[in-house]
This record gives sequence, structure tokens and C-alpha cells, in this order.
Amino acid sequence: MVKINGEQLNIAGKTLAEYLADTAYNPRRIAVERNGEIVPKARYGETVLQDGDSIEVVNFVGGG
Amino acid sequence: MTSKLIAPSTARTEPEAVPSREAWNAALTKRHGRELQERFSAAAVAVCGLGGLGSNIAIALARAGIGRLILIDFDRVDITNLHRQQYKASQIGRDKTDALCENIREIAPYIELEPHTVRLTEENAASLLKDAGIICEAFDKAENKAMLVNTVLEELPDKYLVAASGMAGLGSANAVKTRRVAERFYLSGDGVSDVAEGLGLVAPRVMLCAAHQAHMVLRILAEEFEP
Repeated sequence: MVKINGEQLNIAGKTLAEYLADTAYNPRRIAVERNGEIVPKARYGETVLQDGDSIEVVNFVGGG
Repeated sequence: MTSKLIAPSTARTEPEAVPSREAWNAALTKRHGRELQERFSAAAVAVCGLGGLGSNIAIALARAGIGRLILIDFDRVDITNLHRQQYKASQIGRDKTDALCENIREIAPYIELEPHTVRLTEENAASLLKDAGIICEAFDKAENKAMLVNTVLEELPDKYLVAASGMAGLGSANAVKTRRVAERFYLSGDGVSDVAEGLGLVAPRVMLCAAHQAHMVLRILAEEFEP
């Protein structure tokens, strides 16, 4: 299981890019942490989600 | 009994002489204690974007006695900024960097200010931010926020980063929080209130999000790392 924003999902083996493509996130408005480390945008396609990973997708909204 | 309005021109008092640097430092040391004030005055904090968040963050940090502010914005003061940003009607049309430096100088005459009137990009971020120990993300657009956060976390992993997302509208002030997303990455805001929906930004809610960010900066400097 992979924990994403606190929710346990059965998606181990998928890449981060594949997971994000199935969501409503705008890829230009997010930052992704994996086990406390930033995942560089250029590596979303090669980052394979592992059993036990903890992922945080930080979604930015406008205003400032 | 009659009352009369005092015309603006006669309401002004002669400016007092600005206190000396020594008197200034002594007043801050008395307030914060020597150890804490030495940390504040030795700190260099970058504020990226000088709008509703950034202008309020910068003024709060200047008042607290932060030693050096790196202030970055390409934009000019516009009439549509004055409802929430720390500028004056007389400053419309001026570079925000220039206007904010003037306003900060009136509050904190001895602070070191490093203004950059440029658009912060993936390409120039690392060089503009290299001297900052703590970086505040204070942009308006979600894409720019994400760009800066990704760039800082990838290229400047030793910096502390305090970003903001979600402070538009008239939602509860109590929904605005700061959380620690990673060891050196903090995020203030309610996370969801997008400026694109509803009535946009109002001064108090933007100011309290800015206050969250500025306060987190002070807590980091005091080595209180939990929000």
C-alpha cells in the first residue's frame, strides 16, 4: 500500500506520473514529497511507487 | 462647543529625529533578549513576491528586528493593490521594491535591504536566493508558487522555505494554519481557498496568512521548529 495525503492506496508499482494522470491535479500547480524528500518534476515518470511509501502532493491555489 | 476638522496639511507634526542605531538595537535587545535579538539581526530572509503576502511579511519581519531582507518583485504598485498590500496611494506606479523599501525604512531605519526588481524564475532563483537562510514564497499565482517551491526544494535543499496556499475570501480566519510538510518546508494557509473562486482577497485574511509565515520565520530562528 502507498500512503498518499494520508490515504492508503493500492497503487504500488505505478509511477508517480501514472498516478497523477488519474487525478485532477494540475501538474503545474503541485509539489510532491516522497518519504520527506522532494521528487524533482523531471523524475515523475521514472519514480515507481513502492509498498510503504508515504507521498504528499502539495496542491497550490492562487492568491497572495 | 464647536469641533473643527484639522486639515491634513496642519495635522502633520514635525518629524522627530530618528533614534541612533545603538538606541535602536538596545530597544530590540531589551524586548527580545540578547540571544534572540542576535539571531534575528544576523538573519537574512528572502521575500519572493511583494503583494498582499510579501509586503505584510516584510514589514512584520522588519519590525521584529530581522537584519537583512532580500525583496524580490518585478511589478509596480497598482490601484488594485491598495486594498490589501502595504503601499500608499502616493506610490501608485512605482516599483514595488522601491516603494516597499521606502515604507520599511520609515519603520526600521537600520535594516539592510536588498531589492531585486526582476521576475523570479527557475533559472535565476538559486543565485538570487543564495544568501537567504529562510525563503518566504509570497506569490499570487498557483503556478508560480509551485515553481518556486519545486526549485528551492530541488536546488537549495539547505534553506528553510515558508510558502502559502489558500487565503482568499471571507472564510474563517481560524482555518488558516501553518503545517510542516517536510523538515525544512512549511506551508501556511487553509489549503483550498482559491482566488479564482468567489470575491478574491481581503486584507485581514491575507494579512493573517502573512503573519503566519512571518511568525514561522521567527520561530525557526528561535529554533522552535514546530509550527
